[in-house]
Amino acid sequence: MPEKQTAGSTTLPPISLWRRGKNNFVTFAAMAAVFLVLLPLGAIFAYLVYKGVGSINWAFLTQTPKPVGEEGGGMANAIAGSALILAIASVMGVPLGIGAGIYLAEYGQNRLGTLIRFTADVLNGVPSIVIGIVAYALVVLTQKHFSALAGGVALAIMMIPTITRTTEEMLLLVPNTVREAAYGLGVSRWRTTLSITLRTATSGVITGVMLAFARVAGETAPLLFTAFGNQFWNWKLNQPTAALSLQIFNYAISPFDEWHRQAWAGALILIVLIVASVSAVRLAASRGTLKGAN
Amino acid sequence: MGVGIQVENLNAWFGKTQALRNINMTAEANHATAIIGPSGCGKSTFVRCLNRMHETIPEAHATGRVRIGDLDVYNGTSAVAIRRRIGMVFQKPNPFPTMSIYDNVAAGLKLNGFREHKRLDDIVERSLKLSALWDEVKDNLKKKSGASLSGGQQQRLCIARALAVQPEVLLMDEPCSALDPISTGKIEELIFQLKESFTIVIVTHNMQQASRVAEFTGFFLLGELIEFDKTEKIFTTPSDKRTEDYITGRFG
Repeated sequence: MPEKQTAGSTTLPPISLWRRGKNNFVTFAAMAAVFLVLLPLGAIFAYLVYKGVGSINWAFLTQTPKPVGEEGGGMANAIAGSALILAIASVMGVPLGIGAGIYLAEYGQNRLGTLIRFTADVLNGVPSIVIGIVAYALVVLTQKHFSALAGGVALAIMMIPTITRTTEEMLLLVPNTVREAAYGLGVSRWRTTLSITLRTATSGVITGVMLAFARVAGETAPLLFTAFGNQFWNWKLNQPTAALSLQIFNYAISPFDEWHRQAWAGALILIVLIVASVSAVRLAASRGTLKGAN
Repeated sequence: MGVGIQVENLNAWFGKTQALRNINMTAEANHATAIIGPSGCGKSTFVRCLNRMHETIPEAHATGRVRIGDLDVYNGTSAVAIRRRIGMVFQKPNPFPTMSIYDNVAAGLKLNGFREHKRLDDIVERSLKLSALWDEVKDNLKKKSGASLSGGQQQRLCIARALAVQPEVLLMDEPCSALDPISTGKIEELIFQLKESFTIVIVTHNMQQASRVAEFTGFFLLGELIEFDKTEKIFTTPSDKRTEDYITGRFG
């Protein structure tokens, strides 16, 4: 609480100019750090808009790629493919990640818990290309072809450790008195965990899920030999599927100017879609929040 | 209606540390029984043994016999079933922060599978009236979070939440220690009314409070029940020297 020093105080010296100067300096340094952190994000976004916005038009959003040499065409199939792969990844990764997080927070104070925590942290650090290889071995080799499913599995494996660890941390932040209140009402342990503890931690858990989602949404390496890419529409889970990140990668390393322009546009679309989906989930989650809830 | 409580040879441990030694005590139905004693003497552990909350702490366990009405607490009944019949109010108000006032009161019923939504409204209203909170919150029942209330209101909300499941016994673990005198007064008045329908066991650090609200008082020291008698007797002519020393403020 900022309280003014009374004039005649004998116990405490008045606040010196040096100390006020230090205070201002630290405040300024913190603000400068915020600016430096936001600068790259702003710069990237501005450059993407500058390079990409010119190539975005109705055809880009609704058509499939044209062969080399032909003008026009778009990335509609890649946008849809990304959405499909991310949906598969979320359906598999979110429940597993949250479930594992619940176990670690509520039951995991033992050796198995320590082992799972360690495994999740290591998995979080595994290069994404390696995870692609794992999904290739697990799904592509057994199915005998590239598929959206394989891409989804690869991304799900990447999402799980992040979701698990954030879910655990958010559940541990819920005070034990809240759990005890539910136990005291004769609510069973599993019901308390799902309806009270998890519900109290919802906003934090959603943050973890969205962080994981945003991270894998732009991943390219794990999709290279799982989803593989596709120049045409595909809605089948067991067929090679286009993805925005793959399309950007392929176009960016091509020698054609038109494809370079499309790659810029694709990157812009990818960022916009990620921001849009994260914001939409946040908005939906905050709608039920009550006055004074914390 | 409240039911009586009989405790026989109750022992409780935290790991290898014994927190309660051989407690024998009877609390009468529809009366308030106060538990007093210095910090760390086992008061809270004692009430937490009555509804088997003690065992939710890792490595904690208890032995002995506790009968609440016709219910044998440590024999053949699940802890969850027992806690449905014994309400508990904690030291620090602990409303469910993401729930509305209404949902907080209804939580015990809803989470235990109560589906009669029409009766729920009545029960919530009656519980909030019983805990003397209704007039202060009736306009914001479903709009405001339980956590938005003041400390004293939150504690009365927690009492309403405990009452909504219609328990026979109400355990209160220092329910007023975080409250100001006005809120404390309200809760003490409440205890008087609640005695008509419930048996109350209240842990308190405040000896005036014990003498105001309880017919019976037990004095705990170092995990033992030193003396248990009518409140009046405990505070005027205690039979044990240690009780006398404590209530006259010579230690503790």
